[in-house]
Amino acid sequence: MTASSIQTIADIRAAMTEGLTAVEICAQYLERIAAHDGPLHAFTHVAKEHALERAASIDRRGSQDPDLPLAGVPVAVKDNICTRGLPTTASSRILEGFVAPYNATVIDRLTRAGAVVIGKTNCDEFAMGSTTEHSVSGPTRNPWDLERVPGGSSGGSAAAVAARLSPIAVGSDTGGSVRQPAAFCGIVGLKPTYGRVSRYGLLAFASSLDQISPLALTVSDAATLLQAIAGQDPCDATSAAEAVPAFDAALREPVPHPTIGVPWKILEDGVDPNVRTAFSAAINVFREQGAQIVDVPLPHATYAVPTYYVVAPAEASSNLARYDGVRFAYRAPLDAADADLTSMYNRTRESGFGAEVKRRIMLGTYALSAGYYDAYYLKAQQIRTLIRRDYNTAFERVDAVAMPTTPTPAFGLGERSDDPLQLYLGDVFTVSANLTGLPAISLPCGYVASGLPVGLQLTGRAFDEETLLRLGAGYERDAPWWRDTPPAAASTG
Amino acid sequence: MTTLKRTDVERIAALAHLDLTESETELFTRQLGDILSYFDRLQQIDTTGVPATTHPVASAPVMRADEPRPSMPRDEALANAPDPGGDGLFRVPKVIG
Repeated sequence: MTASSIQTIADIRAAMTEGLTAVEICAQYLERIAAHDGPLHAFTHVAKEHALERAASIDRRGSQDPDLPLAGVPVAVKDNICTRGLPTTASSRILEGFVAPYNATVIDRLTRAGAVVIGKTNCDEFAMGSTTEHSVSGPTRNPWDLERVPGGSSGGSAAAVAARLSPIAVGSDTGGSVRQPAAFCGIVGLKPTYGRVSRYGLLAFASSLDQISPLALTVSDAATLLQAIAGQDPCDATSAAEAVPAFDAALREPVPHPTIGVPWKILEDGVDPNVRTAFSAAINVFREQGAQIVDVPLPHATYAVPTYYVVAPAEASSNLARYDGVRFAYRAPLDAADADLTSMYNRTRESGFGAEVKRRIMLGTYALSAGYYDAYYLKAQQIRTLIRRDYNTAFERVDAVAMPTTPTPAFGLGERSDDPLQLYLGDVFTVSANLTGLPAISLPCGYVASGLPVGLQLTGRAFDEETLLRLGAGYERDAPWWRDTPPAAASTG
Repeated sequence: MTTLKRTDVERIAALAHLDLTESETELFTRQLGDILSYFDRLQQIDTTGVPATTHPVASAPVMRADEPRPSMPRDEALANAPDPGGDGLFRVPKVIG
């Protein structure tokens, strides 16, 4: 195992057993980033010195320390997750220059497990978007086709992993922001059950939907990463007390005679025929492995997008009220003559936020405003209950619900920037997992004719990530798409 | 059919503390109007008696002992402020005219 051929956590373990140091592995990834990130712009900050120092401290401790399951493993971190001493801007002008004074719980846990934060990755501003075009530092590009979006909002994290610039990454998933870019970039993205992973130190977008989520090349790596970050945290009262199982061990046990539900009816309209073909082929792999495939109705699924786009902006409008020019980073320049507090707030927010963030703040403020609350917000929260009931009914018969992660493969840069509603409709298959809190994984499942990756999504019961990981690992054994490297990736041959 | 007027957008912008430009006000009147019209389909569903989901995974109230712990040092809390003022406080423009 040479440094240049490393792709996965297993590769890193093997290389270190053979004598490679964490510093050498870190240097290898820093070289890849220097050589390949220019056209991609997956990273907004490469933490070179910080990473090499951390790697050196792992080498001093010894990579064989059993308390370091991620010894020397580089991890790319979405720029809306606080990393002490490193920039944390959520790709927003309003946080330009902000250096986090503390670590998110996931960063402390990753550090404790021996991982090395290698850099911060680009995202849609405050995680609002599905293209990574809404970033103050410019768009990230898709490693499979540089003229296309990588998806979003965790597009930088997904592109970094797909291009082999980091073996694993963390992102945040509020309506599909990890699964959709994972699908567009041909990698694994896993949104855990709401509460499985602490949100402490994640810049809040929609607090009842946000979940920090792993991105990786393989199901096994996603499981190892989830293991490191999962579990209750006194700093996040919504983190769950449920025991965290041994995900790695679970992977070795296939699900006996699984039943997988497919909501065929909602896949009839609006799904790219090439996506449907790849999806159906993936379902056949499960069938050949002995799975029973049944039709499940999800009668309220078509209401998920409008429900989500009421709930998420409403919560965002409240969460983003804190960015007012007083405590964090940016304040708009003011004329001393007419400067008062309100004009300072209004001008700071006007010039500090980008168009999509303003659009959502407006939408959320409207939905919560006097006279509209019942018609929008309350109604959406009730429909949220109906969507959850649909899934509860399905899970009486099935172990997981399968559908494509997205109705289309990656689209062109700028192609949908003038029509926000069209862009929102692309989230049709991902938002339900956030509205219901259920865990969902996106697995690479082949390509459309033009060579762009397609994602398969499996949704599971609450706190049953194990079943998703076991089904995913079984699929991956017979369909190892992850071994294909995109044209813009670092060479690992 | 929900219609959104320019004055609605101006009222919401004031509530949200956003000084929208003329062209943004125009754009948002159209775009938010389209989005809100799309939301109208939510009214098709009868939700009589359906409880609202406020927390996606049910859980008991979380309690903890009220024990003082060290908090973030003042200089660190002020380090990211646009105008820390130099006297250990956040400085803001005049509040009362």
